[in-house]
Amino acid sequence: MFKGKSVIVTGAGSGVGRSAGLLIARAGGSVLLADVNEQGGQETLAMIVKEGGKAKFMRTDIAVEDDARRMVESAVAAYGRIDGAFNNAAIAQTSVLLHELTAEAWRRNLDINLTGTFFCMKYQIAAMLKTGGGSIVITSSAAGVNGFPLAPEYCSSKHGVIGLMRNAAVDYGGKGIRVNAILPGAIRTPMLMKAMTENPGMEEYLKSIHPLGRYSEPDEVAQSALWLLSDAASFVTGAAIAVDGGYTTH
Amino acid sequence: MNDQISGNSLSGKTALITGGCSGMGLATVRRFLAAGASVVMADIQTEKGRSLEAAMGKSASFVRCDVLREDDIAAAIKHAVDKFGGLDILFNNAGAVGDPGGVEGMSVDGWDRTIALLLRSAMLGIKHAIPAMRSRGGGSIINNASVSGLRPGMASLAYSVAKAGAIQLSRMSAAELAKDNIRVNCVCPGFIVTSIFGDLLAEERTVGDAMLDHLKDPFSGLQPLKRAGLPEDVAEACLYLATASSRFVTGTEIIIDGGLLVDPKLAVDPNSGHGFVDILMGARDAARAQ
Repeated sequence: MFKGKSVIVTGAGSGVGRSAGLLIARAGGSVLLADVNEQGGQETLAMIVKEGGKAKFMRTDIAVEDDARRMVESAVAAYGRIDGAFNNAAIAQTSVLLHELTAEAWRRNLDINLTGTFFCMKYQIAAMLKTGGGSIVITSSAAGVNGFPLAPEYCSSKHGVIGLMRNAAVDYGGKGIRVNAILPGAIRTPMLMKAMTENPGMEEYLKSIHPLGRYSEPDEVAQSALWLLSDAASFVTGAAIAVDGGYTTH
Repeated sequence: MNDQISGNSLSGKTALITGGCSGMGLATVRRFLAAGASVVMADIQTEKGRSLEAAMGKSASFVRCDVLREDDIAAAIKHAVDKFGGLDILFNNAGAVGDPGGVEGMSVDGWDRTIALLLRSAMLGIKHAIPAMRSRGGGSIINNASVSGLRPGMASLAYSVAKAGAIQLSRMSAAELAKDNIRVNCVCPGFIVTSIFGDLLAEERTVGDAMLDHLKDPFSGLQPLKRAGLPEDVAEACLYLATASSRFVTGTEIIIDGGLLVDPKLAVDPNSGHGFVDILMGARDAARAQ
């Protein structure tokens, strides 16, 4: 599925990013793993290397433009080109109401989830233009197309990346670059586990809003990104695909 | 291929595909067979169906099915269960252009027939598939909707309204059937090279079939991605929705349109008489000249 292809995965130190990194490497791809969390990133790298996969880790704070640039340069240096990018790194909400949200928390969320994704795409697209195209997938959220309680900054940044995705799909479709988003519901990730610990009752609430009656495993979400990154989706661009157990049917 | 990615396998699964003898239906039949499924093609094209069945081997079976008739739909599902032991996947795909008119001149007959063909048929497919899927512990249903169900200006009124209905049908039945682990999703193709465009010019199917090769070039300029959408593109999306790869995906739509919907420069309006119809007539004339 990814033989001879190289893919950048951000947020690769845990959760969906780790899962995607492992799956892409198993499918024959070379993976540039990026994460601000050095320990998690090295763990994912070790897991891939142990399985005989091809990967490289690069500590990257996507909110820092130079980091995003170096991440892409490093992938191109290592693998000659980038065929795919899974822009998945993000932080969660601070779980307060809008009128209580600090400017600092707002800016931090937008800096990472929206501006950071923009920085990644800026350099990924420039690299892909030189090699004739590629596929970019952004992790948005069910909260990127719907409201979600106690998440003003997260809803906003995740809605924002949908706009970024649609714009890039229009501007670069003619250049062979496909850009899509995935819309996960709740996922068993360290990010969610932490939020659930801080908010009693959240787990039951999350189960109740997914018609399939559970939340998802990281692998289930990573699979949708893999599909969009692969040639199986070569006529798909500008699309946002839900992986949410039916959440958006509510 | 690892365990998770071999989630792409349909080994041991049975699929029923309406309109399975041409276009997106046939491409999906072939894709599912290649992924290891047993596949029932349900279609009104009996002669073609029989010959496809003979050529495809023992994992494929044809059943004549007019999706305007509830009995035919129920019988097609029974055929799948009798022939292959159960039903895991249903692709409600059969369709045609339907009544081309606008609202002002719409006849009740034209409206009813179009909605019945494109929307009621999908509802009936789901309805009759439920018991078979429930007894297998779940299943995946895919409805073939369209970008015209999401945005005006893509197709005729009745067709577009039926396709919008198919999207909501998917969401509503997804919510209803989640408890049975039956997932319901839809695909929303953009411009895909199929015989339906002969139908749009009110031509016989043979003409529509002959037009296919002449549509690829002009269709490559209709959307941001500079190539024509092909039935195989839709088949790949159906494979994703049919397999365990998408086991947390229900009630959603996958748009396969090369970026058509996100492009504000969309220059084709099938109802305008300009541009798009010219493309189709050019393909028809080229087909006739062969």
